[in-house]
Amino acid sequence: MSPARINWREVFARFGLVMALVALVAILSLLSDRFLTPSNVVNVLRQISINAIIACGMTVVIIGRGIDLSVGSLLALTGVVGAGLAVGGLPAGFAILAALALGTALGTFNGLFVAYAGIAPFIVTLAGLTIFRGAALAYTDGRPITGLPPLFLTLGSGTFLGLPAPIWLMLAFLLVTHVILRFTALGRAVYAIGGNEEAARLSGIPVRRVKAFTFAYSGLAAALAAMVLNGRLNSAQPSAGVMFELDAIAAVVVGGTSLFGGRGGVFGTLVGALIIGVINNGMNLLNVPSFYQQIVKGGVILAALLIERIVATRRT
Amino acid sequence: MRHLVRVLAVGVALTLASSTVAQTIGLSLSTLDNPFFVTLRDGAQQAAADLGLELLVTDARDSVSTQVNDIEDLIQRGVQVLIINPTDSAAVVPVVMAANAAGIPVIAVDRGIDGGTIAYFIASDNVAGGASAAEFICEQLGGTGPVVELEGIAGTSAARERGLGFNTFMRESCPGITIVARQTANFNRAEGLSVMENILVAQAQIAAVFAHNDEMALGALEAIEASGRDILVVGFDATDDAVAAVQAGRMAATVAQLPAMLGAQAVEAAAEIIASGAPAETVTVAVGLQLVTE
Repeated sequence: MSPARINWREVFARFGLVMALVALVAILSLLSDRFLTPSNVVNVLRQISINAIIACGMTVVIIGRGIDLSVGSLLALTGVVGAGLAVGGLPAGFAILAALALGTALGTFNGLFVAYAGIAPFIVTLAGLTIFRGAALAYTDGRPITGLPPLFLTLGSGTFLGLPAPIWLMLAFLLVTHVILRFTALGRAVYAIGGNEEAARLSGIPVRRVKAFTFAYSGLAAALAAMVLNGRLNSAQPSAGVMFELDAIAAVVVGGTSLFGGRGGVFGTLVGALIIGVINNGMNLLNVPSFYQQIVKGGVILAALLIERIVATRRT
Repeated sequence: MRHLVRVLAVGVALTLASSTVAQTIGLSLSTLDNPFFVTLRDGAQQAAADLGLELLVTDARDSVSTQVNDIEDLIQRGVQVLIINPTDSAAVVPVVMAANAAGIPVIAVDRGIDGGTIAYFIASDNVAGGASAAEFICEQLGGTGPVVELEGIAGTSAARERGLGFNTFMRESCPGITIVARQTANFNRAEGLSVMENILVAQAQIAAVFAHNDEMALGALEAIEASGRDILVVGFDATDDAVAAVQAGRMAATVAQLPAMLGAQAVEAAAEIIASGAPAETVTVAVGLQLVTE
């Protein structure tokens, strides 16, 4: 092998997922001339922003070998509480901060049960899923909250340097999450715990505190996503976010983060969210009948995972 | 204490009622906290007064166990027909069977009942509602133009029936309309927004949108207003938010159920049973709907 030759195996291993996305984009732009237009690219990015923000938090939890099923309900609860406080007269900025604090607190609540009571994350957050949904319905009496102040709308529909605010928020949160995971002791501790909890404990990592942090961070992410959704819908629904946990987990896993912890990162998650968003957008553009959409979506996710798995097996 | 007051109240009511000779019907409502059911009761009371029937009304305040007690009280009272608006379609089955055993025919209103013998089922006609939305859009567009349909959760009866009424009308009575996109947004406002955004990208020409419920219509409305395009939006259910949007001129129309008609039709069915006996099989009565445009 001459040194100048490109090692395709290596290229596939590193960029297999991005190539799956590129292939999907290429196919869709052949099928619809409206797909690869600047306005639709912005449209897709704006649509994935909510899932991508939730999935950033989910990535941190999953790298630490947890799972958070409560994010959809947590989004609904923080969304209606933030909106309710603002409509009730609290200045919008404080209402938004209160919602973010509530999300972090509820995530911490999940985290404490997982880390200190030693209950499986699946069970704790499944309980959270029903508790937070019930609380959101009770708080609003089942009705949407409307008449939000302008600051809320700015988060959902404002623009900055030509791009919608949700895209900026997504990119900022992605970057913050990336920095925490890769460049702080806390982030390295999350990877260490996900890789081997016992080894992490023996090397002096405060395992419980770090675990609780991952859930708190996921709660913050869901609350931030709730603020974006409120702004996009100009209202807050207690029924918002049903099944969002599955889209977020799909984005994380399609994005190459291992469900067994210790491996992965948020840029893969962004690509995963893009793949899911592009599929949804493409099916709407092509007017695929609703019964078939679910089949296509599931099939494409399976195919992406299969490609990833084949590449990963070759790598080792 | 509250229970005692209730028992006394029912007792007094029953004593007073039994002193009259009128035929008696029982109406067990799921709740009177919701204006929809208050209007349903008013319609039933009006019909009963017109027909010279006595109507005993109970309010379960959305509690299954209260409703079971209410119905048992009505059976004890010896009503000739029971009209039940169940809090839960499954939970009332045992007490419906008790009514059947006591020889009292049962009518279900607004929500179905999962078992026992039901003489009539009175509910809103979603097919007719879909058709009236289609007729309205057809008229507003002058019989021609590209239209988008936002469907409800695939496989639910509401989505199927509303879509059926809408599409049958368009196909048979308004052939100039083309349905350029037909996509599900799962009865959800957030999905209504994103699906509509995608359809706006795909379709350069859209004259109107019909959504199978108001939540999707309101989501689509946000997408349309953000795009700056001028598109007629018609929803379904007449929720408070949607009626406000119609009044503000943002939404063109929403299809409303007629709760007073539901109540009146139920009492008329009860009168039918008293006059000529219960039908051999459940008869479904579909009550029309009304378009709210201002």
